[in-house]
Amino acid sequence: MNKLNTSSSELDLDRPNIEDYLPSGSIQEPHGTLRLRDLLDISPTLTEAAGAIVDDSFTRCFKSNPPEPWNWNIYLFPLWCLGVVVRYGLLFPSRVLVLTIGWIIFLSCYFPVHFLLKGHDKLRKKLERGLVELICSFFVGSWTGVVKYHGPRPSIRPKQIFVANHTSMIDFIVLEQMTAFAVIMQKHPGWVGLLQSTILESLGCIWFNRSESKDREIVARKLREHVHGADNNPLLVFPEGTCVNNHYTVMFKKGAFELGCTVCPIAIKYNKIFVDAFWNSRKQSFTTHLLQLMTSWAVVCDVWYLEPQNLKPGETPIEFAERVRDIISVRAGLKKVPWDGYLKYSRPSPKHRERKQQSFAESVLRRLEER
Amino acid sequence: MGNSSSMLTQYDIEEVQEHCSNTFSQQEIVSLYQRFCQLDRNGCGFISAEEFMTVPEFAVNPLSQRLFRMVDGLNFKEFVLFLSAFSSRASLQQKVEFIFKVYDSDGNGKVTFNEMLDILRDLTGQFISEQQREKVLTQVLEEAGYTKDSLLVQADFMKLLSYSSETILDVVNTVPVLDILILGNSVLKMEVEVPVD
Repeated sequence: MNKLNTSSSELDLDRPNIEDYLPSGSIQEPHGTLRLRDLLDISPTLTEAAGAIVDDSFTRCFKSNPPEPWNWNIYLFPLWCLGVVVRYGLLFPSRVLVLTIGWIIFLSCYFPVHFLLKGHDKLRKKLERGLVELICSFFVGSWTGVVKYHGPRPSIRPKQIFVANHTSMIDFIVLEQMTAFAVIMQKHPGWVGLLQSTILESLGCIWFNRSESKDREIVARKLREHVHGADNNPLLVFPEGTCVNNHYTVMFKKGAFELGCTVCPIAIKYNKIFVDAFWNSRKQSFTTHLLQLMTSWAVVCDVWYLEPQNLKPGETPIEFAERVRDIISVRAGLKKVPWDGYLKYSRPSPKHRERKQQSFAESVLRRLEER
Repeated sequence: MGNSSSMLTQYDIEEVQEHCSNTFSQQEIVSLYQRFCQLDRNGCGFISAEEFMTVPEFAVNPLSQRLFRMVDGLNFKEFVLFLSAFSSRASLQQKVEFIFKVYDSDGNGKVTFNEMLDILRDLTGQFISEQQREKVLTQVLEEAGYTKDSLLVQADFMKLLSYSSETILDVVNTVPVLDILILGNSVLKMEVEVPVD
């Protein structure tokens, strides 16, 4: 399928050959003697560029489509107004109340357990797991989450890692209410960061920093240590590395697939009927996103726990990652896209442009020799 | 600035359509407007370099810098005019004119040896040496009847990029048989489809 180009650049080792996916402008290989016309005819390259300007598969992954307005006539509009009153006036306050109660219960149990049971680690961990699952259930309740879980529940065994597609930070909460996973997350600022450093720390979560390139090795090492430890909580990874709009999947990073353990895929698909659960981090903060969820009718989603996969003999980690991505995309009805999610934050490596230049240069030189 | 076409009135659409000489249908113009708004994230009315470069497919293209210089600071009407050369309804002349404009970076209506060399450099990068590039270009120029000091105008481009009956015999040896059937018009393929929802 894809050949791994041995290159010294760390970033490239993560990506399979994009050229295999990208549509090529010139379908036929030009042959025959080189003429002035062939050098002047830049139409294939221009067509590719214009095609990218008009529509490109990467931007499509992060587009949050606004819902079609349905309140456009004389009886639907009052109904909608009534709905707004109910949602903001009745549901929202009661949900805030439920969430506050949940937090009070959680905090009043968590801190005693954490500090008083310092000596009895096994019991403490078990209680902490139960408490985190509880607070996540409260969160899901606060958006009237209708979550249907399919498939066998995750088991706590060593040498296994869970991967899922990523739409929003609530993915983590939805999965966590069923099983207390340890997650790899980007360290966030604000109240989320506070939660991360206190409560999630106890679950064994691993932090990374997207902007630091050296970080990758440290994280890989932590991953390996966690997975091989017998009593650590099962590890959950979102290999896309960024939130995608739940219609597409971007390329999976190979980090989770080269640890020599079983990979258990989880597919998550949100039903947009009441609210779009995609967290467009460029457009809204997490708090705004949560508030949006709490003022809508319900969050409906399906979670499928899929069959665990192992590295097949002769398969590279990148091929393994793509195979698992395929399994998840098919189950959740998502389209695959050949881009690295991190291109949201950085430019593509100049290697791609260079490959195009190289192939054109070789074709010119070859035709020159044919004289 | 929203993504809905309610921001664009029927008058606006007709004005843009006239400006680009009807190369795009009204539905295509609406789609292009949605795309323009999507790319123009800060809503300032034109697409900046940063915003263009967030499209990875565009950023990896060897001619992206040149194209960007042509489309920098354009408002929506000019943006559609810029893309009109890529419509299926565009004439061969419009397409050749576009290619000529890409080459003619100083806009004086004449393409020099150095301007052609610049484009060749963008397309081949470090994979051909500068001397080799000059040699190749000089060689093909001389074979086509020009010299290193020739200044090409749009008519020259038109002649070179369209297959006229005089050059048919040259082409017979290089092009597969089936393509000769469409040689009557042109073999210049420069079309992009605007997705219409």
